[in-house]
Amino acid sequence: MRDVAIISLGQTDHARERNDVNDVEMLMPVLADAMKAANITKDRVDFVCSGSSDYLAGQGFSFVTTLDAFGPWPPISESHVDMDGAWALYEAWVKMQSGHADISLIYAYGRSSPGDIRRVMSRQLDPYYTAPLWADPVSLAALQARAGLEAGSFTEEQMAEVVAASRRNAKANPHAQLSGDAEAKALLDEDYFVSPLHKHDCPPITDGAACVIIAAGDVARELSDRPAWIRGFDHRIEPNALGVRDLTTSVSTRQAADKAQVAAGGVDVAEIHAPFSHQELILRDALGLGDDVSINPSGGALAANPIMAAGLIRLGEAAARIGRGEADRALGHATSGVCLQQNLVCVLEGE
Amino acid sequence: MSEITLPARLDDLEMVKSIRTPARLEYDYMPGAAPSRFLQGVAQKRLLGQRCPVCRKVYVPARGCCPTDGVPTEEEVELPHVGTVTSFCVVNVQFYGQVMELPYVSALILLDGSDIPLMHLIQEVDAREVHMGQRVEAVWVPDDEIGPTLESIKYFRPTGEPDAAWDTYKDNV
Amino acid sequence: MGKQRVAIVGIGQTHHTAVRGDVSIAGLVREAAQRALDDAQMSWADIDAVVIGKAPDFFEGVMMPELYLADALGAVGKPMFRVHTAGSVGGSTAIVAQDLVAAGIHERVLTVAFEKQSESEAMWALSMKIPFQPPMHAGAGGYFAPHIRGYMQRSGAPDHIGILVALKDRQNALKNPYAHLHEHDITFDSVKDSMMLWDPIRYSETCPSSDGACALVITNEKGGDAAAAAGRPPAWVKGTAFRSEPTMFAGRDQVNPVGGTECARDVYAQAGITDPRKQIDVVEMYVPFSWFEPMWLENLLFAEEGQGWKMVEDGATQMDGDLPVNCSGGVLSSNPIGASGMLRFGEAAMQVRGQAGEHQIDGARTALGHAYGGGSQFFAMWIVGADKPES
Repeated sequence: MRDVAIISLGQTDHARERNDVNDVEMLMPVLADAMKAANITKDRVDFVCSGSSDYLAGQGFSFVTTLDAFGPWPPISESHVDMDGAWALYEAWVKMQSGHADISLIYAYGRSSPGDIRRVMSRQLDPYYTAPLWADPVSLAALQARAGLEAGSFTEEQMAEVVAASRRNAKANPHAQLSGDAEAKALLDEDYFVSPLHKHDCPPITDGAACVIIAAGDVARELSDRPAWIRGFDHRIEPNALGVRDLTTSVSTRQAADKAQVAAGGVDVAEIHAPFSHQELILRDALGLGDDVSINPSGGALAANPIMAAGLIRLGEAAARIGRGEADRALGHATSGVCLQQNLVCVLEGE
Repeated sequence: MSEITLPARLDDLEMVKSIRTPARLEYDYMPGAAPSRFLQGVAQKRLLGQRCPVCRKVYVPARGCCPTDGVPTEEEVELPHVGTVTSFCVVNVQFYGQVMELPYVSALILLDGSDIPLMHLIQEVDAREVHMGQRVEAVWVPDDEIGPTLESIKYFRPTGEPDAAWDTYKDNV
Repeated sequence: MGKQRVAIVGIGQTHHTAVRGDVSIAGLVREAAQRALDDAQMSWADIDAVVIGKAPDFFEGVMMPELYLADALGAVGKPMFRVHTAGSVGGSTAIVAQDLVAAGIHERVLTVAFEKQSESEAMWALSMKIPFQPPMHAGAGGYFAPHIRGYMQRSGAPDHIGILVALKDRQNALKNPYAHLHEHDITFDSVKDSMMLWDPIRYSETCPSSDGACALVITNEKGGDAAAAAGRPPAWVKGTAFRSEPTMFAGRDQVNPVGGTECARDVYAQAGITDPRKQIDVVEMYVPFSWFEPMWLENLLFAEEGQGWKMVEDGATQMDGDLPVNCSGGVLSSNPIGASGMLRFGEAAMQVRGQAGEHQIDGARTALGHAYGGGSQFFAMWIVGADKPES
């Protein structure tokens, strides 16, 4: 496999609602920041790949005009997935494996504020049997949490600890939306939102964007002092219907982690894309992470959840720890679909 | 394809061939900073283009960035309400959600001083007389109905001037 | 590890039609995929990864359909991906799938592109009202008609060229059992007399709205050699390319977009093609409105600028011409939007495998598959050949 590294990350200051800008305006500074941090201008980019969702935007072909933010002229080699940007990064990494590109720019963005996000996300369900029920992601996650609690996989106290850690960690993240001093005990005293989930067990509603730049071999060494090399990269999907899979474990995460060879060298830090607190517990277990691993130092998706970018940000944040010399081996994870249906794992290493 | 056999007790049941599941979602739409400035201009009956600092082209309506340079277009350029038809088509087809009466002429109009045509309707002329190079002017809705929307312009109509020279608009065809 | 050679060893498609009332979306894609697997003499278990593509989610009202289709496409426990690049998506999807094999990441990839337009409001989804603007968008035709008028003006092409293309493609479709439209009684006059939808585009010069899917099984050199040894010659990938440019910018040429020509140049260079008109035996290009044929002939460097229409008039693009275009009937005869790009890529592969039945061009050894999307701004192309590439 050709050596490819993540060399920079740019992101918005994630917010509840960005009604001052359209998607192009939201993205432009993020692309500029990422390119500046990677010491490149746009003419050096060989391939662009993006992730976003028409359903979040409320417009078909919404990604088409957003590409203008890159200024695709002269014409560029470019592609797009209607998935989290983590998968766009995967597509770019694949493109680079066969030598078609040395530098790729990946961006992703999503606004949860324009529509009723819970109703919008219900459109991901099977159109014949489940979508007509308008089952929303919070209710379905609550169903999963209930299953896990009953099975003894985790406790409500542990869920509250996840939230408390997220809030505390996010204090050091200037882009995070929710941060502060939080204690699990106080969190547990709050009313349920959708039982057994409290509001704080759920991700915030966020508008935001991110950009990651990757480069191959010596080009990465030229542009970055400490590239985060991609050593393992895999993703897997599970059946769609909720009744067909065990919601208390994450089989696809286990499979992806296995293929990405997480266990081979262990990791110092893991950025896990867990929009709901109990999911972080399920995923930690599936990834085989011990207590010595630093989990979500950025605050994770509970601190900011720009849907379609949140997974890409996990990969970027994991790489950033390596870039700053805070870690030698890092893991970035992304999820897609209802209750962790699809999962992606990326193992990164400093030189 | 493998055959699917149903249990005998289901033999008498009528097959469900299709289901209709209406789905309604409401979204707030954010025009963004640059389009908002343009729309606020329209609310004052002004057409404001925006110039890219790099390529110097004037865009109207503004979208938020210059699409070839990927930078914000902040310099405002006031444009006259007249322009040239660079191309057009006559729409004759019905579709769900359509509100216009058929047939109607949808045209690309290059406002004088701008570098990109905007799309709008042409009326007050027989569709067969609309042609490339035709000079047209904006017809606004009554003053009390004007608001921050391109619908404040009802349509464009021919000015009656001689056609624009091909050179003045050929780059936009 | 360098680039792997890539072979297409299985191609499947549905019988494209206005309404497939007998299958769900899952049933539709599975049908095409099963046919491709059968053609490849493989089972679902042999596939390592699945890549799907389709037009915007709003068409069928299913957000991120790869999630719903994981089961139907045997993707459980495997990597699954969904590409979305507007109209070129069927082509881009095939390229992403072949990239996985070229990179040596997977050995056998199943790729499927589809659209179930009968379960969607396609015109609505293409013309969604944007606030603060007059509600004038009338679908894709309403967008492209002014640019077609621009081509007619610039090239001086006579009015009937569009009619000739529509007639050719629909007559070719009669030889393609999978095509949606089988218009046995079509004539020059029947096309000419059909209603103008978006003047200058007539009803009979416009693509239909179809339910359909296309699937390919893509494998590496080992798999390609095995298929050839078993008497099922593969199509070898000689080159692939994407290009994108902005929808609108000052001075943009929407009639002969730079992105399309640059994409073609890239793919020709990879395939060692210096004289496209001579070296390419057959073309499947994305022509949803008949006038796009002369426009794309110029854009893809088969004709000089302004001369594409003469190739049409001379019959060069007929099945008995020197550059047959759209022997399958093309998008004008079948248009399940998300699948159309992959159908072009798949039909090109069928030609070099000798698999195109009645619409086969004898001796075709090199074929171009072309797809475009958006406001003529996204391009995806591949060249496939009967002979294994040198390196």
